[in-house]
Amino acid sequence: MQKLIRIEPSKCIGCKTCEMACSFKHTGEFMPSRSRIFNEVFLDEAKFITVTCMQCDDPWCVKACPKSAISKEMPSGVVIVDRDRCVGCRTCVSACPFGMIKYVPTLGKVDKCDLCGGDTPECVSFCPTGCLTLEEEDTPLRQKVLRFVNAMKDGQMEA
Amino acid sequence: MSRFDLKGWSGKLLRVDLTAGTCTDEVLNEQWAKEYLGGRGLGTKYFTEEVAADVDPFSAENKLILATGPLTGTYGAANGRYMVITKSPLTGTIASSNSGGYFPCELRYAGYDMVIFEGKAEHPSYLQIHNNKAQLMGAVHLWGKSTQDTEDLILAEFHGDAKVAAIGPAGENQVSFAAIINDKHRAAGRTGIGAVMGSKNLKAIAVRGTGGVKIADPAAYREAAIEAYGMLKQNPVSGQGLPALGTPVLVNVINQLGALPTNNFQKDTFDGAEAISGETLASTYLKRNKGCMGCIIGCGRVTGLAGARFSGDGEGPEYETLFALGSACGVDDLAAITKANYICNEYGMDTISVGATVACAMELAEKGLVSEQEIGMPLSFGDADALVKLVEMAGQREGFGEKLAMGSYRLADSFGAPELSMSVKKLEFPAYDGRGIQGIGLNYATSNRGACHVRGYMISPEVLGLPEKLDPQATADKAVWTKIFQDFTATVDSSGVCLFTTFAIGAPQFANFCTAATGAEFTEETIMEIGERVYNMERVFNLKAGVDPSQDKLPKRILEEPISDGPLKGEVNKLDQMLPEYYQERGWSAEGIPTDERLQTLGLA
Repeated sequence: MQKLIRIEPSKCIGCKTCEMACSFKHTGEFMPSRSRIFNEVFLDEAKFITVTCMQCDDPWCVKACPKSAISKEMPSGVVIVDRDRCVGCRTCVSACPFGMIKYVPTLGKVDKCDLCGGDTPECVSFCPTGCLTLEEEDTPLRQKVLRFVNAMKDGQMEA
Repeated sequence: MSRFDLKGWSGKLLRVDLTAGTCTDEVLNEQWAKEYLGGRGLGTKYFTEEVAADVDPFSAENKLILATGPLTGTYGAANGRYMVITKSPLTGTIASSNSGGYFPCELRYAGYDMVIFEGKAEHPSYLQIHNNKAQLMGAVHLWGKSTQDTEDLILAEFHGDAKVAAIGPAGENQVSFAAIINDKHRAAGRTGIGAVMGSKNLKAIAVRGTGGVKIADPAAYREAAIEAYGMLKQNPVSGQGLPALGTPVLVNVINQLGALPTNNFQKDTFDGAEAISGETLASTYLKRNKGCMGCIIGCGRVTGLAGARFSGDGEGPEYETLFALGSACGVDDLAAITKANYICNEYGMDTISVGATVACAMELAEKGLVSEQEIGMPLSFGDADALVKLVEMAGQREGFGEKLAMGSYRLADSFGAPELSMSVKKLEFPAYDGRGIQGIGLNYATSNRGACHVRGYMISPEVLGLPEKLDPQATADKAVWTKIFQDFTATVDSSGVCLFTTFAIGAPQFANFCTAATGAEFTEETIMEIGERVYNMERVFNLKAGVDPSQDKLPKRILEEPISDGPLKGEVNKLDQMLPEYYQERGWSAEGIPTDERLQTLGLA
């Protein structure tokens, strides 16, 4: 199975360390605007939501690219931009429904999460709460199912 | 034009002349940056070079400086802090007040290390900064608004991703303990910096930045961060206590020790401690834990009230607030304390000073020194509803709030009982009684901004046993430890990193961070020397401002009235046994004046 960055929002504290770590690794600067992972803070609702590229099975960006610069590598399943082929036309930026691929003016190319090319992703390494993990198994999903079935179990015990 | 070649710092400051309405970029002074780092140190250096010590805090000649450090906006420990520097209207001393969140980092990403405000705007104004460009905007439509509403309105008209620091009505009304609130709920709280901002007709600063913080040696910086993360995670305070319960973890700890000031320091144990503890907060109003940007600890507590009496949302209460609005006032109603905390954030007020001032008023009322008519309501310790009302009246300067807005010293003095103000240099005490914990008492007496725990947190060795355990009742060695804590704190406050990291990491780690980030050479020794330089610079300013060494004192109650209850019953602070040794450790004269030799050694003369 494909390893993906798994995100458990309940553990997030909104510190944006993932954005800092990502941009620092890939640009040499602490520059959240260049991060490939997004930690959004909703102060009023006390919600912290983190999103990044989920390396789609059938990616919009791959289909949209007129220069065949984007491909889904196997067996890793990572969706990769070939910078030599990318002409910076931004078609993929329009195509991705999630906004997870972006054009970088200083490069003249697009940029997206590549799971740090086989290393443990830097965001996962530096996440202080374990909100981010790199796993084959979708543990956060399993935890949600367990919470649900436990509520069901408790409900039945009352009856 | 001078050059700035180091990394870490942006190398640029923004000077805003509010009188002329102009914004000008300046190259940061590289020599000063190396000698004073940033934040509290560098901000105070610029301030003391540019502003006369006898300046009236509310005059156009006073300046207000917002200063980040070279580590602000990076990772590694808890790197989301900035410092506000001015002359305090509350204490008449140098004022510097620290806050964390997203705003300080955004200022770095927008390209600036510091912003210096000078003069006074003719009309209410706010500053917009967008990637190296700044302009002053009208703020008549924001005047009178809460800090939260101000932020929402600015986001709607400027940029949805901007970060905002603002004053509320308390700052506009020049309440002497008004704060500056950033990111809606984080306070640069103490010493009345918000009142200075209000006096300049400056409502808010809004920043949007998409640039980066450049690092001289990225690989070395990453290594330093990994080392620091390990130490922070393994430390019982930064790795367990603070993440689990936030600062309110201390309510039960300090109460059990017998040093939780209650009823304006008339008692040191509080029967209602459990009801206002971090454990109780976690099981009642806590919505979730939160960190500032780049923080590994995450001590922030997002809370909400949905009761019939009180409702609202926000952050806090912190431990200090649970003392000031809680035990100090004899109030054990956690919903009322939390509500009063929200009001402080909305109006932009220091929870410690406002709570301690209400506690002082309660004792004045108890002793019959102020009448029910004067206050406008009956007032006694434990009255939660009166507390909530008085906090709001202080922010509005309405009725008796006019008196409260002066702070506890001027309040008590106006009723002929200044000794009932639990303060040093007119700054109200925080949440640890210096009678039972000798070293923190020495720190309160000698802190450059008055009674403050975060200028030399002696609680760390005396109570928490970090880096090693000292006997809280002993006076031996407290002078040397207080000096070390005060100096190191001054460096940390200048770096852009949160003081809470120092439970786990020390001068060697800060030397690694600063060297790797900037490319300049820092050692354990120079890190400590920077702190000592900053501390002495502040002291020299205070002396010039007329705050002489006779003000290195504690209230009569702390020196002469023994603790009346609990495990530390009978204790008083023995300041006279520690102060001469402290002056000696500092290399000051027996009268508490920094000697020329010392100042020369530190590059201050």
